Amino acid sequence: MRVFNFTEQPYPDAWNLGFDSLRVNLPNRLCEPQVAADLYHRYYDEWMLADELGFDIMVNEHHSTATCLSASCNLTLGILARITKRAKLLALGVPLANRADPLRIAEELSMIDVISRGRLVMGFVKGVPFEVPVANSNPVRMMDRLWESHDFIVRAMTHRDGPFNWEGRYFQYRNVNIWPRPWQQPHPGVWITASSLRSAGPIGERGLVLATFLTGYKTRDLFRRYHQGWKLKHNTPVPADRLAYLALGAVARSEAEAHRRAAEVARYVTTTGIVAEPFRNPPGYATIEDNVRMLKQTGRGPRLVPTRDGRMINIAGQPSVRDLIDAGLMFAGTPDQVYRQIIEFEQASGGFGNLLLMLQGGALSHADTVDTFKLFGMEVLPRLREYQRATQALEHDEVAA
Amino acid sequence: MSTACVRTQFATIQGIQTELVRGGCGQIVIFLHPGIGLFGAGSFINVLAKRYEVVAPSHPGFGRSELPNWMSDIDDLAYFHLDLLRALDLRDVILVGSSFGGWIAAEMAVKSTERIAHLVLVDALGIKVGHRESRDIADIYGLPRSEIDRRSFVDAANKPDVMTMSDDDLAIFARNRESEALFGWVPYMHNPKLLRRLTRIQIPTLVLWGERDEIVSPDYGRAFAAAIPGAAFNAIENAAHYPHIEQPRPLAQQIEALGQAAVERRVSA
Repeated sequence: MRVFNFTEQPYPDAWNLGFDSLRVNLPNRLCEPQVAADLYHRYYDEWMLADELGFDIMVNEHHSTATCLSASCNLTLGILARITKRAKLLALGVPLANRADPLRIAEELSMIDVISRGRLVMGFVKGVPFEVPVANSNPVRMMDRLWESHDFIVRAMTHRDGPFNWEGRYFQYRNVNIWPRPWQQPHPGVWITASSLRSAGPIGERGLVLATFLTGYKTRDLFRRYHQGWKLKHNTPVPADRLAYLALGAVARSEAEAHRRAAEVARYVTTTGIVAEPFRNPPGYATIEDNVRMLKQTGRGPRLVPTRDGRMINIAGQPSVRDLIDAGLMFAGTPDQVYRQIIEFEQASGGFGNLLLMLQGGALSHADTVDTFKLFGMEVLPRLREYQRATQALEHDEVAA
Repeated sequence: MSTACVRTQFATIQGIQTELVRGGCGQIVIFLHPGIGLFGAGSFINVLAKRYEVVAPSHPGFGRSELPNWMSDIDDLAYFHLDLLRALDLRDVILVGSSFGGWIAAEMAVKSTERIAHLVLVDALGIKVGHRESRDIADIYGLPRSEIDRRSFVDAANKPDVMTMSDDDLAIFARNRESEALFGWVPYMHNPKLLRRLTRIQIPTLVLWGERDEIVSPDYGRAFAAAIPGAAFNAIENAAHYPHIEQPRPLAQQIEALGQAAVERRVSA
């Protein structure tokens, strides 16, 4: 199992000021450049440490928000391509449907792959609804735009014979000939995020990596759909490296300290959805069925997720660290506890080869973050790598049914 | 004329399954609905149907009309409705458009008025008269729902009530919202070229505006009228963005007066 070390690179100083929206319309006078600079450099230092410890690295991007200072996966990975030596560099992800110029994306990703000497993993995402008003991208037909952009980027990265033409529905170019072309052949691996059953199968059919975030004990259903899609086009079992799961994480010498760190990281859960009402559900982003359901409920409603023993937890409430661990959304405790939680969850999910772990969040200090990384890197990571070697292929007998 | 004559029908226009409400008899009035669809339009259609034959199509993507995947911009809708006039052989029509439907009507009229006798724009969207950092049209995708309702209706009781709608109607409501966004997202609810094209409209035009409209102001409406040769502008009292919902009879009377004035012009010519 590979572990991708992740932080959203938050700006937590702006979280406690009493605003009821942390995204889109929170004025940027609240983002002090000196504070932001210190945060960026601290996060990059931590990732350099993660690289030395044997982690891989995941970055994301969000816009106009105090929850994430990374406004560009590509820019962040460009920096990391130079200052890290061996870690895979995962962008998860580039919001293709919000970008008017996939040529620029193809060029930048190729640069990252070459500068890092073949360590880029390119994740493409629809993005959360809150990005739509910032990018001013049309929230209707986003997935159509995403797939044309994806197809274009792959073509641009794999075509070597001089300029080609692309007059698609959404993007138009007449001289596509990117310099540099990527290091990895035929091109860096592609990951797609999905949380709905409907989208998992087609990703499996295409053989791309499916990544899912915080889907807890519903993950097994998602992975099963992936397997079904995979079977339509492939004769081999699904390799473990085709599936990825993102959770929150915290580790310390004592369980009490680990839970204290976990509570800070878990502020992600209670802050990530704090956004002004008009920006939560742009038309066309969710299906008509989902919109009908939302129109019928007053207020935002609970978000219920199952725990391992079938209890339901409302994660739109104020879930405790224990709740989050029980729901498979967080792995927290001593190194031994965390290792066992991860393995239990991996088995319950049907199996995956990539763990994406948010070990820094909220105002978790640099000192606590460094300690967490070192402890995990030295006492959990080697065991997870061993675990993967012990299991060759995924058992998933429900797929045949 | 009995309002029981007003019925919902389906027609196939250019291969596209199209829902339309039709009834009454007399000169044809085409009513092009706003982004919220035909919710709340019943009284207005019934009043008009006493003096006219009303045809109120649901634009592709709205109501129960099909949306072909290739449709994506306002011109597609304008040409569609011009094709509808020809397919149903409708002539000398009074073309009435509300809000988003008014934008479509204006785009139709700058292309061809061959089958259109009069144009009536009611709180129409579609042009930009301000400068690049100003908003002529309130951002319905950036304002809280309560604020949108306040700007759109004088009386909140007039707004479509989602809490009492059936699941089918909720699905239509959600689909209408999605389709309006498809066509109107960017440039936001307008065509930057439309303003300069309005001089092409050479038929009698009436621009009517709810005096309390805060989605698009009466001043915006006056600028719209000023750009169309010979167009008249009238405010409708006690109405905001949807006079056809809040003041159906006064609105219908204004339309009848336009038709009457045209008859008098023909008679005296």
